[in-house]
Amino acid sequence: MTRPMSVFDIAGRAMSAQLVRLNTTASNLANAGSVSGTREGAFRALRPVFRTVEDSPGVATVAVDRVVQAGIEPTRRHDPSHPLADANGDVWDAGVDSAAELIDMVETARQYQNNVQVLQTAKTLTLDTLRLGQ
Amino acid sequence: MAQGDGLFGIDGTALRLRSQRLNLLASNIANAATPGYRARDIDFDRALSLASRGYDADQAANEAVAYRVPTTPSLDGNTVELSTEQTLFAENAVQYRATLSFLEGRISTIRRAWKGE
Repeated sequence: MTRPMSVFDIAGRAMSAQLVRLNTTASNLANAGSVSGTREGAFRALRPVFRTVEDSPGVATVAVDRVVQAGIEPTRRHDPSHPLADANGDVWDAGVDSAAELIDMVETARQYQNNVQVLQTAKTLTLDTLRLGQ
Repeated sequence: MAQGDGLFGIDGTALRLRSQRLNLLASNIANAATPGYRARDIDFDRALSLASRGYDADQAANEAVAYRVPTTPSLDGNTVELSTEQTLFAENAVQYRATLSFLEGRISTIRRAWKGE
C-alpha cells in the first residue's frame, strides 16, 4: 500500500474478513445435516485462516489468508434404509460441530460490531477535527 | 514539531499522538481473532515527553510503542483482550475530543487578538 493505512482501512478490511468468516459459518451450518454415501463425498466444516497485514509497526489490519477444512471427520452411521447407503448399509454424516459453529457465529457478529463501532467513533472524531476553528 | 512551536503548541502534538494511538487500538480490535497476533499500544505519557524533548510526533509515537501484557493469555498466542481494547479506545476517543477543545480555545484566543477585542 502506497499511502499510510487509515483507521477506515483497518476497520473496513477487518469487517470484510469477519464477513468471510460469517459466510463459512453459514455454509457449515447449512450443511450440518447433509448425508453422503461415501466418506470422501461427505461435507467437512470449513474455517478461514486470518492473517495480519502490517503497514507500519503497530498499525495492522487483517485479511483472510485461505479457507481450510477443519479437522472434523465425517461420522459413519449404519442406516440400510437410507437411499444413499453403500453396500454395507452405511452413510456418512457431515463433519460439522453445530454447537461450535453457533458459538463462532456469535463471536463473529460481536467482533464485526466492534469494528463498526471503531469506524463510527473515528468518523465522528475526523468530522469534529474538520470543523476545528469554524 | 517540538513543544511550544507554532500556533498549536503541545496540543497539536498531542492530537497527532492521540490519532496514532487511535490507529493502534483500531488495529488491535481488528486483529481480535488473528492467531498469534500480539497487541501493541502507545505509552502516551512517554510519547508526549519525548515529543516535548524535541522528537518529531511520528518518531515519538514509534519510540513509545510497546506490547500489551495480557491478563489471561489465550492458547492461540493472540494477546488481544476485547474489553481492555474497547475501554482504552473509548478513553482515547474522549481524550482526543478534549485535545480538540483545547485547540478550539487556542484558536478563539488568537481570533480575539486579531480583532483587537
